Amino acid sequence: MSTHDSDHDDGHSHDAAAAHRHPPRADLGDTLTYYRAMEIGLRELLIDKGVFTADDVRKQVENMDSRSPAQGARVVAKAWVDPEYRKLLLQDGGEACVAAGFDRGPYKLVVVENTPDAHNVVVCTLCSCYPRWLLGLPPDWYKSRAYRSRVVREPRAVLREFGTEIPDHVTVRVHDSTADMRYLVLPQRPPGADGWSEERLAALVSRDAMIGVSVPRVP
Amino acid sequence: MSRSDSVEPRFQPGDRVEVRLAYPPGHVRTPYYIRGKAGIIERLCGVYGNPEELAYARPGLPRQPLYRVRFRQRDVWPDYRGRPVDTVDVEIFQHWLEAAP
Repeated sequence: MSTHDSDHDDGHSHDAAAAHRHPPRADLGDTLTYYRAMEIGLRELLIDKGVFTADDVRKQVENMDSRSPAQGARVVAKAWVDPEYRKLLLQDGGEACVAAGFDRGPYKLVVVENTPDAHNVVVCTLCSCYPRWLLGLPPDWYKSRAYRSRVVREPRAVLREFGTEIPDHVTVRVHDSTADMRYLVLPQRPPGADGWSEERLAALVSRDAMIGVSVPRVP
Repeated sequence: MSRSDSVEPRFQPGDRVEVRLAYPPGHVRTPYYIRGKAGIIERLCGVYGNPEELAYARPGLPRQPLYRVRFRQRDVWPDYRGRPVDTVDVEIFQHWLEAAP
């Protein structure tokens, strides 16, 4: 630090040390919006009243953060190798989650299957409904107004922007998750993965393929 | 819950329906873009508390049948540029649906 670098120099210092100071970066506390303040107020009240504890809240956040698309990928890979399981998954997504060792989830899981003739893509135009118990938190773009308003109106153009070209002979089916259903796309098993183990297949299944903006490929 | 807490389903898969063209105030889970459009019942999802009531901490009764309704994109967006067979499926509660010819 130079001798000129002082907190009491009225900010008139133009020396080298001053140039090295970084502007403060926004922290969580700097984004105390109306709704954030309301959430904190409500949470503290509920804790004070003994409805739940601070540790309960922390555990729930930790539990939510432990979910990831890897869970969904295991479900998909299992359906690729086991025709009976595939049938169950398409009939009763919740039961299929349980059979794979995961939670049934608080909502009905509707599984839509991609075929050589149809490609499915999921959106929630009203908010950000997503099978969080299975896939974890949705990506930020899934919650953006641009995705929500455009994918329902020009799905082929949006998919192209994601690098996914849907051929003309394939029907595009958009699924708008507006109420009590949650959706999982069962992608097609890619060519070139014959005889692969379930585990190896699961590694091909990305979050985006289960939303339907991408398709699994063998690298 | 007694049976009278739920409205009986009126529609079957394959039935042609039209979404009411209405703009009630408050919390509604029928997207604007689909109001007034006609489609086909894809499936009955079940019977669920009415979100227009639940949103205001009321019991959501009577529970309403919820359907997945399949619409042709060309019917929803007159200038739709994809293929004519492309569809959008939307979950709609029965009280938003009317039988369509």
